[in-house]
Amino acid sequence: MSSNMASSSAGSGDSSAARKNSKRPKCIDYSSALLSLTLLDSKFTQQELPACKPILTPGWVISTFLIVSVIFIPLGVISLFASQDVVEIVDRYDNDCIPAPARTNKVAFIQGAAPKSCNRTLTVTKRMKQPIYVYYQLENFYQNHRRYVKSRSDSQLRSPKFENQISACKPEDDAGGKPIVPCGLIAWSLFNDTYTLSRNNTPLAVNKKGIAWKSDKEHKFGNKVFPKNFQKGNLTGGATLNPDIPLSEQEDLIVWMRTAALPTFRKLYGKIETDLENGDTIQVTLQNNYNTYSFSGKKKLVLSTTSWLGGKNDFLGIAYLTVGGICFFLALAFTIMYLVKPRRLGDPSYLSWNRNPGGGR
Amino acid sequence: MPGGRQGGRRRSRLRLSNIYAFKCRKSSFQEDHSQIGGPGFSRVVYCNEPNSPASERRNYAGNYVRSTKYTPASFIPKSLFEQFRRVANFYFLVTGILSLTPLSPYSAVSALLPLGFVILVSMVKEGIEDWGRKRQDIEVNNRRVKVHDGNGNFRQEEWRELKVGDIVRVEKDEFFPADLLLLSSSYEDSICYVETMNLDGETNLKVKQGLEATSSALHEDSDFKELKAVVRCEDPNADLYTFVGTLHLEEQRHPLSIQQLLLRDSKLRNTEYVYGAVVFTGHDTKVIQNSTDPPSKRSRIERKMDKIIYMMFFVVFLMSFIGSIVFGIETREDRARAGGRTERWYLKPDDADIFFDPEKAPLAAILHFFTAVMLYSYFIPISLYVSIEIVKVLQSVFINNDILMYYEETDKPAHARTSNLNEELGMVDTILSDKTGTLTCNSMEFIKCSIAGTAYGRGITEVERSMAMRSGGAALVGDDLDVVVDKSGPKIKGFNFQDERVMKGNWVKQREAAVMQKFFRLLAVCHTAIPETDEATGAVSYEAESPDEAAFVVAARELGFEFFSRTQNGISFRELDLATGQKVERVYRLLNVLEFNSARKRMSVIVRDEDGKLLLLSKGADNVMFERLAKNGRKFEEKTREHVNEYADAGLRTLILAYREVDENEYIEFSKNFNEAKNSVTTDRESLIDEITDQMERDLILLGATAVEDKLQNGVPECIDKLAQAGIKIWVLTGDKMETAINIGFACSLLRQEMKQIIINLETPHIKALEKAGEKDAIEQASRESVVKQMEEGKALITGSSGSHEAFALIIDGKSLTYALEDDFKKQFLDLATGCASVICCRSSPKQKALVTRLVKSGTGKTTLGIGDGANDVGMLQEADIGIGISGVEGMQAVMSSDIAIAQFRYLERLLLVHGHWCYSRISSMICYFFYKNITFGVTVFLYEAYTSFSAQPAYNDWFLSLFNVFFSSLPVIALGVFDQDVSSRFCYKFPLLYQEGVQNLLFSWKRIIGWMFNGLITALAIFFICKESQEHQLYNPNGKTAGREILGGTIYTCIVWVVNLQMVLAISYFTWVQHIVIWGSIALWYIFLMVYGAMGPSFSTDAYKVFLETLAPAPSYWLTTLFVMIFALIPYFVFKSIQMRFFPGYHQMIQWIRYEGHSNDPEFVEMVRQRSIRPTTVGFTARRAASVRRSGRFHDQLKKNFIAF
Repeated sequence: MSSNMASSSAGSGDSSAARKNSKRPKCIDYSSALLSLTLLDSKFTQQELPACKPILTPGWVISTFLIVSVIFIPLGVISLFASQDVVEIVDRYDNDCIPAPARTNKVAFIQGAAPKSCNRTLTVTKRMKQPIYVYYQLENFYQNHRRYVKSRSDSQLRSPKFENQISACKPEDDAGGKPIVPCGLIAWSLFNDTYTLSRNNTPLAVNKKGIAWKSDKEHKFGNKVFPKNFQKGNLTGGATLNPDIPLSEQEDLIVWMRTAALPTFRKLYGKIETDLENGDTIQVTLQNNYNTYSFSGKKKLVLSTTSWLGGKNDFLGIAYLTVGGICFFLALAFTIMYLVKPRRLGDPSYLSWNRNPGGGR
Repeated sequence: MPGGRQGGRRRSRLRLSNIYAFKCRKSSFQEDHSQIGGPGFSRVVYCNEPNSPASERRNYAGNYVRSTKYTPASFIPKSLFEQFRRVANFYFLVTGILSLTPLSPYSAVSALLPLGFVILVSMVKEGIEDWGRKRQDIEVNNRRVKVHDGNGNFRQEEWRELKVGDIVRVEKDEFFPADLLLLSSSYEDSICYVETMNLDGETNLKVKQGLEATSSALHEDSDFKELKAVVRCEDPNADLYTFVGTLHLEEQRHPLSIQQLLLRDSKLRNTEYVYGAVVFTGHDTKVIQNSTDPPSKRSRIERKMDKIIYMMFFVVFLMSFIGSIVFGIETREDRARAGGRTERWYLKPDDADIFFDPEKAPLAAILHFFTAVMLYSYFIPISLYVSIEIVKVLQSVFINNDILMYYEETDKPAHARTSNLNEELGMVDTILSDKTGTLTCNSMEFIKCSIAGTAYGRGITEVERSMAMRSGGAALVGDDLDVVVDKSGPKIKGFNFQDERVMKGNWVKQREAAVMQKFFRLLAVCHTAIPETDEATGAVSYEAESPDEAAFVVAARELGFEFFSRTQNGISFRELDLATGQKVERVYRLLNVLEFNSARKRMSVIVRDEDGKLLLLSKGADNVMFERLAKNGRKFEEKTREHVNEYADAGLRTLILAYREVDENEYIEFSKNFNEAKNSVTTDRESLIDEITDQMERDLILLGATAVEDKLQNGVPECIDKLAQAGIKIWVLTGDKMETAINIGFACSLLRQEMKQIIINLETPHIKALEKAGEKDAIEQASRESVVKQMEEGKALITGSSGSHEAFALIIDGKSLTYALEDDFKKQFLDLATGCASVICCRSSPKQKALVTRLVKSGTGKTTLGIGDGANDVGMLQEADIGIGISGVEGMQAVMSSDIAIAQFRYLERLLLVHGHWCYSRISSMICYFFYKNITFGVTVFLYEAYTSFSAQPAYNDWFLSLFNVFFSSLPVIALGVFDQDVSSRFCYKFPLLYQEGVQNLLFSWKRIIGWMFNGLITALAIFFICKESQEHQLYNPNGKTAGREILGGTIYTCIVWVVNLQMVLAISYFTWVQHIVIWGSIALWYIFLMVYGAMGPSFSTDAYKVFLETLAPAPSYWLTTLFVMIFALIPYFVFKSIQMRFFPGYHQMIQWIRYEGHSNDPEFVEMVRQRSIRPTTVGFTARRAASVRRSGRFHDQLKKNFIAF
């Protein structure tokens, strides 16, 4: 072929050449610092490194989709089973725990001095194995608001040395000139509803230890840091703290201080370490202290078991199943497409170069 | 023959001025000199007393030269300024500064560090480049030259130490260290030869001559002890061709001109030594005053990239605006209601600072806008510029190191002088090429001659070969090729003459031996070349003003008339004595040289031979020579004319040789007149000389004609064929005459026989008649009308034949071009030219070359590439989008002003089709990918922010944010830019039309860019919402813990890193170990970073403390989510690509199929595919073959339709 002439003639002859002192491109131009890092051999500089050049052939496409569906469908089934295993009891109480007459002005009620005690009854519909986790769920609460997230002093929480590092905590930084420990809006707005559970009139112990992350307890919240001047400002926010217990032991606070990602979130309240049987009724006596009414946030009490995958969430299982199915369908669709519009190997009629009139003639 | 015949040093003190009758006129006081001392002419040089108080008061700059962009002191501020001139970098600087304020959504150091890193890398790159220039400066400044120490001794000093007024002695083959006033030289009349290659690219020697006043007294080193002279002259300026000054020597004033000025960076040749006084030093020298920075060119892709960046800015501002409004409204809702109650009391809005104050919500919204602009800065890839720069430098390294673009003979690899334009190489639409030295070698070869009416020389020229091919005799061509190849002995440069009747002294046996002897003597004597004898071997080589002339002297030598010495007034050569058969030396006294110039088109010498006879030997162009023949000198005229025409057809340059004997009295008369005219100072001096010489050069007796071939460079036709197949248009812009240009056009397949030639010139009888009459306005008017008419006719011809397969060629000469390029008609000219398959502009000036280039560039809006080798191509190279310099024989000027230098025209094929295509597809994929990944990242930031009531809180840790662009996604994309090959180089050659991807800009079309951006958007949506949903209730691990902000952020981020890198896996088509390392490495790096950063202690890693090891890694849901997201997010792209690959493949994908299916080795198949790709109007020999196939009617109907659709 005439066309090969140029390339082959250019290629030959060059290889057998005297190399000393010539500018003939050899391997590496060591003089340039940039290059010596990367250039290794002449295959490299001539851009002829051995390489794999995959292209999406029908075989590849179909088998990729099949493999994905073969992996995804079982994973979906397993995930779904895991989610189905979880037993979850959710009870919204923010509305019901306001006495009917006060419901016209809930905010006034929650800020008032009237007793906030409230009784709820929950029924176990399926056997729940211990540990059963107790959560409170808040909705429409922007723990991820930038002003809120930033309003804390990590160093102050860690060590009494940094008690005065409160600049990030405004406006909850000091009370009467003395630094607040822990300072900032997050701590100030600590959740303060309490739950007392009993089954068939026997109290149900809620273990409030071990609900926080170990790293938080050990490294972020110091065991020599004690609450000071907390909630002593002109306005009380949420819960108060026992000033005799170091922060590292105040697990409710630690849990609260790990800000939630989204405006709807659950936080761990405690653990029930006995099994609950199907049909058990659980009485909850709660103190409805926390004001979510001013921003129309819901409050829910949640009892849940966990699986290896976490809580009750069908999403992942369904998603896996769906996508596995879609991939299976795509594999089929591509098979049909390749069959219906077959292309004889190498039929150049598909290779019509001239679709795009070049040069604008 | 070694020197010494003439004894001692004096040997070379020759008086050579009579060779240069026209040039070496003495300067005289003209009106210019009256300005001395006035403004612009204030320089005063005290020669030989540089340290005198008078000199020091003047305080002229030293001879230190700096070509670097930066000094150590200015490097930091200046390079920083350069960096921040880029709008994106400036934006990052502004956000960086803002990040120091409380507005910042992230910590300042995390924003500033990546910026600093990116800027530092760019600055290091600048620094390394500048260091290269610095080293060059050091080398130049430390060169040594002999300087007078004031006591008659000369000692070595470094160039940078030179001062104005110093006397220096420059030896043969040394460069002049500054602009020097020539005082005297080794020749008696203080002539010296200078090579000005570095100034104007011309390799021929130029002559300079010192003043009589200085040369007479100053011969030896010691003569300078007492020298006192003052030069008053013009101030430093950039004009290389004028110099005005006065020399005050011993109470006398002598005028100085450029003839006495030796310019820095030119080289002393053929002269033992010169003495000179330093007039201009360092940056005052003319060559440095002349060096302007080449216009910095930016590639089309980069300009488009800027548009994308502006578009991204718009998106960022729009999003920030929307976010601010929502934020403003939500903040307003928080304002205190009746009873001092607020809605989101936990934010304490009643005690908020200005950023969150609901009472001043509009202000808070405005401030939030700035915060948001900072937060969304992740839409704009901070590392884009620096990555592209790194990639381009590496691409240039590949170009420089390409063994297939290395020219063994001259030891020259390709050299990318700028890396800005790599990808532009893949988009060239039109090539504008010089002819001489670019398409041809510019090494003239004596190949044929006609003596006494007989043609000699059996060599076959390139043109003849192609003509033979044109007439279809392939077998015959093959035979002829063998004849040419069958050469014995080493090839002599400039000589390719094969004829046993003449060679080896056989000419003696020819019938017209006497004429032949005269012929060869004329070749040996009638020239201005200077011989150089190799002392060791005795071999003679020549320095000639032009390669043609060198070819003649070499031919004479090879045929037995060896010119070996030029003395003050004689020319010596050895020849075979007809009578004795011995070699004898002959010395002809050289009386006058009547020089060549383009008006005279001839050159003559008057010599006295050994018998005392006066001879006028003359050679010149056929049209001037034939009319000067004597009545009795026309014996061979008819035959010779015939041969000359044949030679011209074969693409050769011809000259007619003639002589006459001159009568003694006639000569005396001529000599008197000639000297008078030479020494006259009137303005009509030139015409006076012309007239006198004209009278002398008459009544000549014809000897014969010579034919010199300007050979096509190796592989030029093949290369042009390939480029034409690639759909690139090739225009030839040459200074040659039309016939030669057309011949070369045929030789390199730019023209073929069935092409209709549209020739535009002004050779009509009407205009010729007007020219005789000499009415300027009338000529102009008539010419313009004629050109316009011819253009209209041509256009009509093309429109008339539209739809048929006819191809057209446009050939236009320089004079017509002047009119065609006028503003009113240039559109029409461009229309006509783009309708033609080939365009040849002959007789065009450098200015016209540049104008044509500009017209094509701005008229078509397509990328143009200029390629040339000479100083006359500089304008074209700088005007074109890409200038390619051929580092050939015509000096460095073109190379110095080019963007990329190659050694041979044929390397253009590899440079464009392979490197150009690769760079283009790499850079465009790279930029698309950059925006893809940044949109993916940026949109997740935005979406999360929407869930924080637009309070500008990112889901990610500060360092995650800022390192995304620098660490976790940058290396794979750099590897893509450096290594990816959509199609291997073999296939780039095999399927040249692939190149059209770049010309039509398919890979960087808005469609593709937006497509990638859209891909980024849906990827981001998929990642964000799946992660959010899968952690909806946020019991995400078996221990009942809930997922906080850092866990959602970490999960999303992991997914992004995976998806973005896996997307890269899908996007690239060339997987080497490098790709594996960088892609899997980037993903691994993310996990490693998570662990290392997480282990650093909470004060540093804040909410990322132990986030991976404690919370993410033990949770199966994290891994399941990651796996799901990374597959799911890629499915849309995968489906799209599968369908596209199979059913709508792009050009490169088609070739990938062909390779995959193994058809690339089936020649018939490849040929079939290629046939489809050829457009009927292209040029090149493949097209020619296709045309003949078409004529024979074997063409498929379907295909015909395709072509017509064109």
